[in-house]
Amino acid sequence: MLKIENLEVAYGNIKAIKGISLEVNEGEIVTLIGSNGAGKSTTLRAISGLLKPRGGTITFLGERIDGAEGHDVVKKGITHSPEGRRIFPRMTVDENLDLGAFLRNDKDAIAADKERVLELFPRLRERINQKSGTMSGGEQQMLAVARALMGQPKLLILDEPSMGLAPVLVDLIFETIVKINQQGTTILLVEQNALAALSVAHRGYVLESGIIKMSGNAKDLQSDPEVTKAYLGG
Amino acid sequence: MANTSYKARQARRIVIERTFGVSILALLLFWLVINFIKSPSQFAEVSLIGLSNGILYALIALGYTLVYGIIELINFAHGDLFMLGGLFSAHFIALWFHQTKSSPMGWLVFFLALISVMVFCAGVNVFIERFAYRRLRRAPKLAPLITAVGVSFMIQFVGLRWNGSGQKTWNSVLPSGSLMLGSVKLPYTTLISFAVTIPILMALTFIVTKTRQGKAMRATAQDQDASRLMGINVNRTIAFTFALGGALAGVAGLLFQQTRGLTSYNLGYQLGLIAFTSAVLGGIGNLAGAVLGAILIGLIQGLNDGLPIGLGQQWSQTVVFSILILLMVFKPAGLLGKQVTEKV
Ligand SMILES: Nc1ncnc2c1ncn2[C@@H]1O[C@H](COP(=O)(O)OP(=O)(O)O)[C@@H](O)[C@H]1O
Ligand SMILES: [Mg+2]
Repeated sequence: MLKIENLEVAYGNIKAIKGISLEVNEGEIVTLIGSNGAGKSTTLRAISGLLKPRGGTITFLGERIDGAEGHDVVKKGITHSPEGRRIFPRMTVDENLDLGAFLRNDKDAIAADKERVLELFPRLRERINQKSGTMSGGEQQMLAVARALMGQPKLLILDEPSMGLAPVLVDLIFETIVKINQQGTTILLVEQNALAALSVAHRGYVLESGIIKMSGNAKDLQSDPEVTKAYLGG
Repeated sequence: MANTSYKARQARRIVIERTFGVSILALLLFWLVINFIKSPSQFAEVSLIGLSNGILYALIALGYTLVYGIIELINFAHGDLFMLGGLFSAHFIALWFHQTKSSPMGWLVFFLALISVMVFCAGVNVFIERFAYRRLRRAPKLAPLITAVGVSFMIQFVGLRWNGSGQKTWNSVLPSGSLMLGSVKLPYTTLISFAVTIPILMALTFIVTKTRQGKAMRATAQDQDASRLMGINVNRTIAFTFALGGALAGVAGLLFQQTRGLTSYNLGYQLGLIAFTSAVLGGIGNLAGAVLGAILIGLIQGLNDGLPIGLGQQWSQTVVFSILILLMVFKPAGLLGKQVTEKV
């Protein structure tokens, strides 16, 4: 579904991604793990068209999308819940959800999808008319994921959805990720919480200083001694 | 200990500030009331003049506030765009369509000029954004600011070549009489200014609050990258915002040229400054604030210049800027502005 080959991304003269290749197949949850500053968010931002790659290719459903504008990437079916949530703080929960469906015109289907995401995150329904900037971090995170779902993605990109959340909420978010995947959405998940990410994912890639260090089945990575030592605190 | 004395001082300061603020307002009210008692019809007439200046400022102020709201740029060239709109209108009506007096044909051309000047100024503003500001969007704030000053000079130079170095006077195609409401004179030109401006302001409100484009503008103003992730074409949205601001400046240019009958290459500097002040007074970035600030400044100028007991025209600018300075001391974010920025 998504295929990245020899991707290079730089900020000015500093290369943050130094030629990585990875693949996401339809129906999978694939996780990209790695420590802070490894280049995970940079990779995601390049996929979404927020950064122009310096080299390499990104192919989605057989079409090249590297160098495409952000809004065109959304049109092709990739939505992205960014690091730090980036909800629109002066808008209500409802308005944020509507913006998630900005490119769609199918009113009935949008209403059905809104119902579906409010089903997934009942907490948002209670706050539907609240200004989103006044919500708690956990609620904002739910909104960021829900908003990305409103775009009816074929591929959903999640950048650290558990960051800064209380443990109960972390569990809830990961349960919901599994549920979304079971409902048919392919997911590319970036996490620093490697243990939790590998426990829900099918496959995983380990990124270190802009290079893919390891990849494989989530189960195998979970029991790999090197991964355990570096990222799972064991 | 130190903490409580600090709190006490703070509280005392608030009391002093409040008293000061309230006494200024009381003084202002007192001044208005005596003038009103002294001659009610003159009071009404100068208020109308003030109001008609105010809506002109509002049209320009909205352009500052729209652009600031979306990319946090103080577009110094905006006043000059208004000047260019006036020049375009003068040429369109008097030279290209040869209309120099009030007649049905003149009114038709006025209407055509309204549409054309909106398109013209919108186009110029979009052009400026595309070639002068867009590349600097991620640059430090000072770079686009200085560029805006440069663009301002460039437009003034165009105005200088087009209009000549002096003031030019023009005949208006608008009727020159007045409507008498009791003993109050309401000039037709004022009436027409209202008739043009009010529907345009309503259309602007509709566009910003109700349409898809408006939704994209509000989202882009809050977070450009997040907007891209929603599928919003951020470049187009910003260009659209410049087009809106430009069109409004064009309307102001036409109204000014037709109601005052003059053009000059440096008009943009003078009116632009007042309009910018209005936007700041109302809370820059806030559309209703820009209109409110502009009408207040127009009214204050009108009353100060025209009332029997007042400082008179030579103090006009001083009064306006004193009020601005006072307001900035007490309410730095402007009348309707937000006290804290929410951008993180
Ligand atoms: N806007 C930026 N400008 C310059 N360097 C950046 C920028 N964003 C990230 N970087 C650098 O790129 C590298 C990768 O960052 P990032 O992709 O955010 O890592 P991760 O998401 O894995 O924590 C880091 O060294 C970081 O300092
Ligand atoms: Mg990151």
